[in-house]
Amino acid sequence: MKGLKIVVLAKQVPDTRNVGKDAMKADGTVNRAALPAIFNPEDLNALEQALRLKDKIEGTTVHILTMGPGRAAEIIREAMFRGADGGYLLSDRAFAGSDTLATSYALACALKNLKTDLLICGRQAIDGDTAQVGPQVAEKLGIPQVTYAEDILKCTEQKITVKRRLERGIEVVECPVPCVVTVNGSAAPCRPRNARFVMKYKYARATQELQDADEDYTNLLNEHPYLKITEWSVNNITCEPQELGLSGSPTKVKNIENVVFQAKEAKILEPTDEAIDAMMKELIVNHTIG
Amino acid sequence: MNSVFVYCEIEEGVVADVSLELLTKGRSLATELGVNLEAIILGSNLKGVEKQVFPYGVDVLWTGDDPRLAPYTTLPHTSILVNLFKQEKPQIAFMGASSIGRDLGPRVSSALHSGLTADCTSLEIGDYEDKKNNKVYHNLLYQIRPAFGGNIVATIVNPDCRPQMATVREGVMRKEIFNANHQGVIKTIDVNRFTSPEDFVIHVIERHMEKSKVNLKAAPIIVAGGYGVGSKENFQLLHELANVLGGEVGASRAAVDAGFCEHERQIGQTGTTVRPKLYIACGISGQIQHTAGMEESAMVIAINTDNNAPINKFADYVITGDLNVVIPKMIQYYKKNSK
Repeated sequence: MKGLKIVVLAKQVPDTRNVGKDAMKADGTVNRAALPAIFNPEDLNALEQALRLKDKIEGTTVHILTMGPGRAAEIIREAMFRGADGGYLLSDRAFAGSDTLATSYALACALKNLKTDLLICGRQAIDGDTAQVGPQVAEKLGIPQVTYAEDILKCTEQKITVKRRLERGIEVVECPVPCVVTVNGSAAPCRPRNARFVMKYKYARATQELQDADEDYTNLLNEHPYLKITEWSVNNITCEPQELGLSGSPTKVKNIENVVFQAKEAKILEPTDEAIDAMMKELIVNHTIG
Repeated sequence: MNSVFVYCEIEEGVVADVSLELLTKGRSLATELGVNLEAIILGSNLKGVEKQVFPYGVDVLWTGDDPRLAPYTTLPHTSILVNLFKQEKPQIAFMGASSIGRDLGPRVSSALHSGLTADCTSLEIGDYEDKKNNKVYHNLLYQIRPAFGGNIVATIVNPDCRPQMATVREGVMRKEIFNANHQGVIKTIDVNRFTSPEDFVIHVIERHMEKSKVNLKAAPIIVAGGYGVGSKENFQLLHELANVLGGEVGASRAAVDAGFCEHERQIGQTGTTVRPKLYIACGISGQIQHTAGMEESAMVIAINTDNNAPINKFADYVITGDLNVVIPKMIQYYKKNSK
């Protein structure tokens, strides 16, 4: 069979799992600068599934599509270091303030620029945990979806066979392609960087990253076109502007509260035998345990 | 007036708990708004299913009974909901934040261009003032959820698009019979009219469903571990304490992500919500992500080396110390002194 054209949808996210004490500013807003930006973990699982198909089926290509600010090109490069062929950065102020629906719309419009056999993405991003963008992109493109994928068992030109990990069991489904597959964190972890690819792609840059580039760099990129990460603004996609960003987002944030807990009257204990014995005795006496 | 709709999941003839919990919440919101509560059940052999949902206060039950609708696949269920919602124009629609609801919800919201908020922990009715356009909206659905890794709580509204859609995880809302004798009306959905043959392109070729081995919701005592437990081996100590006390082991998301504990034990916004008699939090810092799933515990013991951990604010007993020292002492005392 001929190779597949695979696009992996990925997102650069703040690392909300490692939130330190300085992650919140005094006014209760999130201090994004204090959080490192990472490749969304489940998108790495998705990338691995794509790279496995590339290993198996000759002529298969894997490209990343991400929407974000200029520095989001970092994750495209990261994917290239691990075996992806290249990527597309969708970046424009017009996308700012997008909820999941407006994000899906923009991604779907960008995807119409590409001929794709298979779309793979992580189930959800750790900064929102909504798991909505994958299915919404599928709907906007009018193609089916397979969510909660743990393993792509087989892929032909007609259909894909996927093992799904659900809350209470597993399912194996067959779905015609093209389709969107969203991959769970329980899937195989992504392979590490490959030294050969790091050497090859370390100078790969998106347009926004080249603003201060000197002549040597420009020449380097002209000699090696594969180092250019394609960047699209709103002018490079066919879309209805009012469907983008804030105006295209049906959900509005009414208010945000920093989390302040009402403290209970707690008994503070030292980890001594006497203190712990006394506590256990109280719990037995008041029938909490026993 | 436009109703409140709940999409009910059904597995082997039994309506899922998460759906009954949503019906309970939907009933109280519908009453507050002065509108009907309507339920949708799609599947095969649905005769008599109304007996399971009418006691929860359902005024209208929509059933789509067709062998092709079970097991669940995305496209036909989406088409039916989209077409039914276009026809009935609900103001609010709920689904479980389950592997079905989180597959179906975004697809439906995309097709209808209506906003969807995932994993809500609270749902209320209230007003919203759009200051930019100087417009006031009355009786909107407040969709309240922790966000950004649980560091903030956001209230989301959908001012202009209908239905206002939200998903809620199992166990977050309470399940409560409204009136055992409540009677509603059954309306039958014409499945062929609301779906097209292309909706049935996905084939489920293998399926193994099992009852969860871990029943956190029913456990009277939960010993939960966080990232501070340090390793999978150290979690063994938590299992020991849980065994001795007759409880279950739970975990925070950080502990699950680190591979210390299996996912089905996760407690919190993206896991299970629990209300045990006793909750022993070991090495858990207490981000709202996590505390949203345990704050209604009757009694909380926090064991932590950090005496400023947020979890301490929920605790009845705070033990500042190493859990590898504290837990063996608890086990020892209990073994010696319980009957």
